[in-house]
Amino acid sequence: MLEINNLHAEVDGKPILNGLSLSVNAGEVHAIMGPNGAGKSTLAYVLGGRPGYDVTGGSVTLDGADLLEMEPHERAAAGLFLGFQYPVEIPGVSNVQFLREAANAQRAARGEPALSGADFLRLAKAQAEGLSMSMDMMKRPVNVGFSGGEKKRAEMVQMGILDPKLAILDETDSGLDIDALRIVGDGIERIMRKPDRAVILITHYQRLLDHVRPDQVHILSAGRIVRSGGPELAHALEREGYAALGLEDARS
Amino acid sequence: MATKNAEAIAAANKKYEWGFATDIEQDFAPKGLSEDTVRYISAKKGEPEWMLDWRLKAYRMWLELEAPDWAKLNVPPIDYQDAYYYAEPKVKPTLASLDELDPEIRRTYEKLGIPIEEQKVLAGVEGARKVAVDAVFDSVSVATTFRKELEAAGVIFRSISEAIREYPDLVRRWLGKVVPQRDNYFATLNSAVFSDGTFVYIPEGVRCPMELSTYFRINAENTGQFERTLIVADKGSYVSYLEGCTAPMRDENQLHAAVVELVALDDAEIKYSTVQNWYPGDENGLGGIYNFVTKRALCQGRNSKVSWTQVETGSAVTWKYPSCVLAGDGSVGEFYSVAVTNNLQQADTGTKMIHLGKNTRSTIVSKGISAGRSDNTYRGLVRVAPTAESVRNFTQCDSLLLGDQCGAHTVPYIEVRNPTATIEHEATTSKISDDQMFYATQRGLDQEAAVALIVNGFAREVLQQLPMEFAVEAQKLLGISLEGSVG
Repeated sequence: MLEINNLHAEVDGKPILNGLSLSVNAGEVHAIMGPNGAGKSTLAYVLGGRPGYDVTGGSVTLDGADLLEMEPHERAAAGLFLGFQYPVEIPGVSNVQFLREAANAQRAARGEPALSGADFLRLAKAQAEGLSMSMDMMKRPVNVGFSGGEKKRAEMVQMGILDPKLAILDETDSGLDIDALRIVGDGIERIMRKPDRAVILITHYQRLLDHVRPDQVHILSAGRIVRSGGPELAHALEREGYAALGLEDARS
Repeated sequence: MATKNAEAIAAANKKYEWGFATDIEQDFAPKGLSEDTVRYISAKKGEPEWMLDWRLKAYRMWLELEAPDWAKLNVPPIDYQDAYYYAEPKVKPTLASLDELDPEIRRTYEKLGIPIEEQKVLAGVEGARKVAVDAVFDSVSVATTFRKELEAAGVIFRSISEAIREYPDLVRRWLGKVVPQRDNYFATLNSAVFSDGTFVYIPEGVRCPMELSTYFRINAENTGQFERTLIVADKGSYVSYLEGCTAPMRDENQLHAAVVELVALDDAEIKYSTVQNWYPGDENGLGGIYNFVTKRALCQGRNSKVSWTQVETGSAVTWKYPSCVLAGDGSVGEFYSVAVTNNLQQADTGTKMIHLGKNTRSTIVSKGISAGRSDNTYRGLVRVAPTAESVRNFTQCDSLLLGDQCGAHTVPYIEVRNPTATIEHEATTSKISDDQMFYATQRGLDQEAAVALIVNGFAREVLQQLPMEFAVEAQKLLGISLEGSVG
């Protein structure tokens, strides 16, 4: 589904990704771990097409289409969803309004008919319930006044409503207590564990991987994937740390 | 000829999607401003002598006045002798139904996107929501609907020309009482040459059975528009009035100097909503309307209330301060405003809340949105007279900047002469952040949809004050007005 080949990218002229390659098939869950500053969030932003994250080499395709040629909203319509590490507040715009406009913009781009107000509300209600969020919260402005945990749950509600092919979840587990972690983990499983879906989990910790079992675990360091393996790699990392694997925190 | 103009203009600039001209032959007053012009207008309207005298008095005052220059606006000198002061459609019928309306005008309304519900009303569909439309096409009212139903309720809803003829005592009693002839340069000019406008009277204890709506439209090239609106809400009455404007595009600047006077007696309430979308000029500041408007309400009665809501997206220059004189004890004034400027537009807008009575309250919420190389100024006065005990005011001024070449300015004047007053003022300035833009686009919105969404969120407090008929149109307008301002 996603093919990243020898990807190089820089921010403010500083190289962050240095020849990253990764192949994710439909039906798979991949975890990307790595020390701070390794380029994990940069990878998410580059795939999302964030301005200022400049690709200097390599290629990325999603279902064969050149992702790097697309605008951010076109990538979204093509099925790419980015779960933000720090979800952004949009004052005065309710979650319902935001997501209905977003969902219908994606549908329009794909040549699908718009969801009616009633159909959308049914969908929103079902997805919100799946993540223990009330419709009252859905009617509040996007992420405004939400706790850290609520923001992460709201991200998963958004994912459920937008129903992407590929979700890249950037530290979706950070800031969650044990109960919220389980709710979010179950949400990811329910929404994305399907034969035609795929997930990239960016995380520091094993604990999310207890809820969402990865098919592959990759370790990112200095902008490249330096090791790949099965779930046991994450356990080894949790036990021994990056240093034992010969990896330094790039920021320390 | 006008059709050719329209084609040429449309080709020149597709951005202003409601820019088009209508082919209606005009009956012009002689070019230029003189006593003769004033007499021509008055005679054309069959006005009584007192009205002509009133106009002439204003004209003579105007000759002694100078245009104000205190606003943060850069306006080239206006040649008042190089304009026409009166134009009317050639056919001037008073129509029984809108089917009789000139098809050209009907098409114009359709292009303006008059809401479906109102189109149904215009088409006379049974059961359609009742919104009376007093259509002011250029200077003369050509169609008035629902007059009968309003009359059954005792409501008078007329073009002001008709009202001067049919209800001279009522008009004479209130005209110029809120905005005196000498009030300011543009109001004085309007007093001399006002072409048409609307008169509304709601009798004691009556809740107006429908929202009153008037669409103003500038149509004749080089024709100044001088609308005059007077709304009187008698004791215990209520009325909601909607004023919406779009204009065809022009190469030359056009002067628009309207006067709106509102009077609320004891326990009366007036809600006045405006969506203003005059042609703003092109990307280089060419063309566009000069909008110098005097809007003021007199809350004369105890516990009376006036609420101004405005969405200002158009005009090259906007100079406008819808105000409330809170004379009656316990009276309430509100001002909710969204002002958008893009390209080289200039807006200097705000309000004046003049507290004279005891326990009077006012609320000001102003949302300024600046893009391009535009300048957007909030200018507001809160004045508390020595006699006004226990006054409360809350003011919130928020500015949103798009890009780094526009300006946002907040100029609050607070004059408190009574120590019991409680005055609060909050102001913020912010930009649409890169984070917000990326977040919204990552969810599937393109740049312009993302900006429109974020801006609508920013303006929400004001937009939710609008009646439903206007809210949807206003939201779209915000998006349209800011097209091309990012990326």
